[in-house]
Amino acid sequence: MDEVTFRVFRGEPDADGEPFGQMVDYTVALDEGMVVLDVIHRIQAEQAPDLSCRWNCKAGKCGSCSAEVNGKPKLMCMTRMEDVLEEAPDGEPVLVKPMQAFPLTKDLVTDSSWAYDTDRRITPISGPEEFDWEFRQEEADRLQEFRSCIECMLCVNTCHVLREHQMFDEFAGPRFFVRLAGLEMHPLDTESRIPEIKDDFGIGYCNITKCCTEVCPAGINITDNAIIPLKERVVTEFYDPLVMLARKLRSD
Amino acid sequence: MDDVLMHEHDVVVIGAGGAGLRAAIEASAAGVSVAMICKSMLGKAHTVMAEGGAAAALANKDHRDSWQTHFRDTMKGGKYLGDWRMAQIHAQQSPDRIRELEQWGAVFDRTPKGLTSQRNFGGHTYPRLAHIGDATGLELIRTLQQKGVHMGMDVFMEFTVRRLFKTDGRISGCFAYDRNDGTLHVFKAKTVVLATGGITRCWEVCSGSWEYTGEGHAIAYWAGAEMGDMEFVQFHPTGMIWPPSVKGILVTEGVRGEGGVLRNSEGDRFMFDYVPEMYADEFADTEEEALAWVDEVISGQLATKRRPPELLTRDVVAKAINSERGAGRASEHGGAYLDISWRDEDEVKKKLPGMYHQFKELAAVDITEQPMEVGPTAHYVMGGVKVDPYTQETSVPGLFAAGEVATGLHGANRLGGNSLSDLIVFGRIAGEQAAEASKQMGYFAGIDQVEIDEVVAETLAPLDREGGENPAKVVSDLREMMQDKAGIIRTRNLLLESLSDLDELEKRANITSPGGTRTYNPGWHQALELAAMIDVSRMCALAALRREESRGAHTRDDFPDTDHSHWGKVNSVISMGDDGSMEIAYSSYPEIPEELKSLLDTEDLHEEGS
Repeated sequence: MDEVTFRVFRGEPDADGEPFGQMVDYTVALDEGMVVLDVIHRIQAEQAPDLSCRWNCKAGKCGSCSAEVNGKPKLMCMTRMEDVLEEAPDGEPVLVKPMQAFPLTKDLVTDSSWAYDTDRRITPISGPEEFDWEFRQEEADRLQEFRSCIECMLCVNTCHVLREHQMFDEFAGPRFFVRLAGLEMHPLDTESRIPEIKDDFGIGYCNITKCCTEVCPAGINITDNAIIPLKERVVTEFYDPLVMLARKLRSD
Repeated sequence: MDDVLMHEHDVVVIGAGGAGLRAAIEASAAGVSVAMICKSMLGKAHTVMAEGGAAAALANKDHRDSWQTHFRDTMKGGKYLGDWRMAQIHAQQSPDRIRELEQWGAVFDRTPKGLTSQRNFGGHTYPRLAHIGDATGLELIRTLQQKGVHMGMDVFMEFTVRRLFKTDGRISGCFAYDRNDGTLHVFKAKTVVLATGGITRCWEVCSGSWEYTGEGHAIAYWAGAEMGDMEFVQFHPTGMIWPPSVKGILVTEGVRGEGGVLRNSEGDRFMFDYVPEMYADEFADTEEEALAWVDEVISGQLATKRRPPELLTRDVVAKAINSERGAGRASEHGGAYLDISWRDEDEVKKKLPGMYHQFKELAAVDITEQPMEVGPTAHYVMGGVKVDPYTQETSVPGLFAAGEVATGLHGANRLGGNSLSDLIVFGRIAGEQAAEASKQMGYFAGIDQVEIDEVVAETLAPLDREGGENPAKVVSDLREMMQDKAGIIRTRNLLLESLSDLDELEKRANITSPGGTRTYNPGWHQALELAAMIDVSRMCALAALRREESRGAHTRDDFPDTDHSHWGKVNSVISMGDDGSMEIAYSSYPEIPEELKSLLDTEDLHEEGS
């Protein structure tokens, strides 16, 4: 029977909140078609019942089981062992670590409550009062790309503004620019969020390296379709000479 | 005794899927304080997995549709065991609930005229399901989540509720633990809304997430609530079956709604052989007619032909796949072939993007070129807490229930698409009524300290035990047993065995030792879930044992016929006896009024003397 060895981070934060723990090896049997999450579940069932790991749907729909597999941000439920082993060096264990950008809770679980606080700061949709709207599939297409986000936070985990510089207070991160773009381009919405996008959500910090787009398991073109159009709207609103003149005249 | 953190909210909503969120939004809007307790993180609840759509007679794709037809389809699909009052409310109110979601930002697929598009599904006479590709649950939960976070409710994420408290016979709060740090919490409440979803994790092959361990059903039962129709567990006909690790993952009925055909190992389109008498007039009897229907629907015309038999109700299709396997005509890995590859590649990717990726990534199958292999998977429990159809209040005063945890709407079999609409229609009613009832209560009732101490001790006990089994082993044995003995096809002997097996499993469950600490310890959580899993499995097996007929999702090999004269008129009611034992009785819904009865198919009703 085939076997695989996983080297999994086990630990909790120390008194300063820094991750404290070690990498622990587990060897289990490997069956056809298994994904990384299946191996983690087998480790829990056979060797370590208290190994912490989040998961829900096991079908790539809920975005709960994000982790770093051999250094790559992945949904564990959609990462086939076949592919992991093909890319990994022969005989080496598979490294599984929690997302590094977020504070550690335990083992593979991190505290992503920042995401829910950020969500609350976004001005909600202001839609029509009457049930009488129409809009076309072409308009819907653009939004449906954004709305396919499963909030796995792999983009946030990868973005250097957040991962290296930890600018969680100043910068909304790729996930929430996708959300903001979805609102700004919504045919039924009457609000403008451009000033917040510039000032509170710090879109200027993004230097469009597209790391977020590369890791998105939903295949959302985050940089090109969400962030760049929002940057353009900020430029138009704040730096276009005609708009600036008009604003000055209005305020006079 | 350990420190217990106390909270006070007018309304406590347990469960953050579609029904819980909709209830919490409505209660918050009524101006009362609301706690939203989520077993997972907000926005990850089981609703997110729903695929095909939400049923509502908007009549955007076919002007002939109406609430009356939706009512008729729901009653018929439920094999006339549902509560006609809930079926009426549901059919009448779901269109406005769907429009409301769009007002709150949801973006459903559009018709050419720019209206909410609708797709065909099993048992629905007309295209009725509002959808977004095959990720409708995600759209629904995200829309409600984003509405909800601005309503002022307090959200408690990754909390599991283990007990409801009553004071003087009325609900007074609940006990929960925080999975992140193992802290213990008591929530005092004037009213509680139960919206905890289902129980299908009790079967080995299921489409449910880890959350579906039936705690909501169990805590209601332990608090004295009446539980109805627990024998009815829906096996969705199309779950993935290969490779083994994906077994059970749902393949949306939308595949068949878009023209997917089912074939056996001999290449026969076998569903033509399984059309029940009650549906004979409505379904095509040749491949030509079935294909003509798909052509009409794809080209946007009103259907004039009869529907393909793949669109029969789920109970019928699941049993057909099971019978083909029994007859030695299964697909390579023991199911059936589901083929959509005959349709245009781009259309398949646009209408079923999730299925395309799911098969490509998990099974290395390109569904635009190859058939899928599918088989039945435990998907939904029609049974649950009995509620007043107009208020959603349970038999425990102050306790409300909505969504899958409640019963009544779906009878013996749920139609696809009727769950998402159930959540938002009855979630709203439960939230409104719970808020109203909380306003009538002037104070927070005290909770007996002895009861708190008892549940605290019981919650912490597994961590102090040593030398017992890994709870994961007991859970997997339970699931395997229920699959074998209380699955799609049931017999008296198997059900009796399942009940005695459950007694044995309970003994093992009581002495598991997960080890570890209180911080995010899945072994401990599993040890705690077992009590609920065992009791809900018992309810299912007991009610299934007693119902000596076959109807909808309940099939007895030893009683294959449908018995209209007796069993067609009664619903099982399980409750806890004074001595703590599980008791079962029967009740009936009130007589259906003539104007609603006239909407039903008279030949299905089998009335005495007629």
